[in-house]
Amino acid sequence: MHDPIKHGLTTGWRHIDASTLAESQTVEADVVVVGTGAGGGVTADILSDAGLRVVLVEEGPLRSSSDFKMREAVAYPELYQESAARKTADKAINILQGRCVGGSTTVNWTSSFRTPDAVLAFWRQRFGLGQLSSPVLDPWFARMEKALSIHDWEMPPNANNRVLANGGEKLGIEVGLIKRNVKGCWNLGYCGMGCPTNAKQSMLLTTLPAALNRGAILYTRLRAERLRFSGGRVTTLDCQALQADGIHPAGRRVQLRARHFVIAGGAIGSPALLLRSGVPDPRRLLGKRTFLHPVVISAALLPTRVDAFAGAPQSIYTDHFLHQAPIDGALGFKIETAPLHPVLYATTLQGFGEAHRKLMGEFANANVLLALLRDGFHPESHGGRVRLGGDGLPVLDYPLDDVFWEGARRALLAMAEIQFAGGARWVAPVHETVVGYTSWAEAKKGIAALPLKPFLCRVVSAHVMGGCGMADSAQRGVVDHRGRHFWLDNLSVHDGSVFPTSLGVNPQLSIYGLTARNASLLAAELAGRPLPVL
Amino acid sequence: MTPGRRRFIKTGLAGSVLLSTAGWLNAAGARPLSDAEREMLGAIAAALLAGVLPNDEAPRRRLLALTVDGIAATVAGFPLATQREIGELFGLLVIAPGRLALTGIGRPWREARGVEVSEFLQSWRTSRLRLLQSAYAALHDLTFGAWYARPDSWEAIAYPGPPRGMF
Repeated sequence: MHDPIKHGLTTGWRHIDASTLAESQTVEADVVVVGTGAGGGVTADILSDAGLRVVLVEEGPLRSSSDFKMREAVAYPELYQESAARKTADKAINILQGRCVGGSTTVNWTSSFRTPDAVLAFWRQRFGLGQLSSPVLDPWFARMEKALSIHDWEMPPNANNRVLANGGEKLGIEVGLIKRNVKGCWNLGYCGMGCPTNAKQSMLLTTLPAALNRGAILYTRLRAERLRFSGGRVTTLDCQALQADGIHPAGRRVQLRARHFVIAGGAIGSPALLLRSGVPDPRRLLGKRTFLHPVVISAALLPTRVDAFAGAPQSIYTDHFLHQAPIDGALGFKIETAPLHPVLYATTLQGFGEAHRKLMGEFANANVLLALLRDGFHPESHGGRVRLGGDGLPVLDYPLDDVFWEGARRALLAMAEIQFAGGARWVAPVHETVVGYTSWAEAKKGIAALPLKPFLCRVVSAHVMGGCGMADSAQRGVVDHRGRHFWLDNLSVHDGSVFPTSLGVNPQLSIYGLTARNASLLAAELAGRPLPVL
Repeated sequence: MTPGRRRFIKTGLAGSVLLSTAGWLNAAGARPLSDAEREMLGAIAAALLAGVLPNDEAPRRRLLALTVDGIAATVAGFPLATQREIGELFGLLVIAPGRLALTGIGRPWREARGVEVSEFLQSWRTSRLRLLQSAYAALHDLTFGAWYARPDSWEAIAYPGPPRGMF
């Protein structure tokens, strides 16, 4: 299998693994981009295309297809934040987030949705973001869909996704096909461990190589520590080199000076960097309103093999339960499936000893549905808060409140009903007191009475948003609709942290589209280049 | 409520307070597992993995050692703050007063009976104290993660492993 990244490195790409630096250094550029995920990748591509000298800062390692072995034991420590065990401060929510070149786009499950109209309308009403209407954003989404080969998935859904399709059909619940950013996909099912066949059109394979081909400099194993600013402008980004383990400081430092700084470290990393830097924040908005699409999980056993580890992880979804109440009413949720691999499944599954062994013994027959709750719209759904721990690294508080649990119960009921209708012979919400139900009637009764509390009920997240929210004024936002910081002239935020609420859809395409627009506006300003005609 | 259960709630509460103030144990930061910690983790892993572990002494011992190695490797990949927290939990569990206060187990880990270990794990699992619940979750995830990361555990769950021979 050809590895385009290993090949690119032989053609003179400027990649510097900071763990190998012999001494500290200072580098000048036009623009420094912190983060190489959905926001950083698109930004680096567009700015370098405008002739600007770009330096990218990535805390994780550079890994590519020849390193992607489809093994959880390798992938989680190498490619994910905190070995895929990142947690909220109280440990009640596990968060999957990428930490490698390409960020979460290297390890996500490729699901691609445009930002829903209802979400943009809410932002217009509540945050004064009238500039971000569908007519404005649609051409940017279309551009990124084309660039990343986002299209309807033409292969039949795998058996895991078919449970959702069949159950929905039986119950008269509308399901849809998920668009995916893949080209020549082998339908293997290991997207979460890095695509071994270079089919996934992640930042690793698209925007970043484009920027590197134009001479952009990529630092890896380099932690963005602090922005220095004076007179309303950022002058320098101070960075700390990490050892090859990605944990311990290596002792060397890198100072990056530039005309403009773009922060795209994800919705935990970006607010944390701005908090560490002490940027002006008179309204104390930084790090607040962090959203997770908190997920509750329902496992099921089918009479025949499901092999949920094989085939495109997510190809079917339903938004039926997002439309049962007004957007700011009782929490709605999106239902999707999750691919199952031994470590992910065994650690998520409740219980231990013989009971756990029995469930694992039927691994091949297992189906799992996820319900992603749409947080941040209900007046009492304030989300979480990113703050700094004693070592200056981010800590996320995310209280799970009654508004959430009320929605979680409806979600567990909805998933169980769909799974039974889809042919399951046994269904169990992932909850420490549940031993499982063998009929919908039994599940309905059982779930209605479940004590829903942190730790008893498993809650996870793969979508972190907010913390540097956009708005029309500094009274209620950290950045404006272009991602420009309200207090520091040459500072932008280009990632999921700018969303003032969650989205109700998997976020990658929302970040791609908005960033394509905002990076193009920035390129026009910095390089005098006209906006592309879309 | 059984007397044992009532006693645990009391000891659990004391242990939880102990756990929340155990920072001094790990003031030096992350460190490799001690022999005592390996013994403790072996006893806990044996209870969590009951039914999966073979009964024969030699392979059982070997697989438990591999599981503890896996736990150690996972912990070493965590951020330093998390390593410190886990070090505090492990550090308390291996000193006799800490073990007694947190788990109610009166004898050393190598002599602890499986049923005792399962009982304390079960009580942490559904404890009203979030600190104990999170400690249970950590032990659960570390142990099952280490076990099912190993390809030789896959046959028992009919997982064929990643596709081979296609590249």
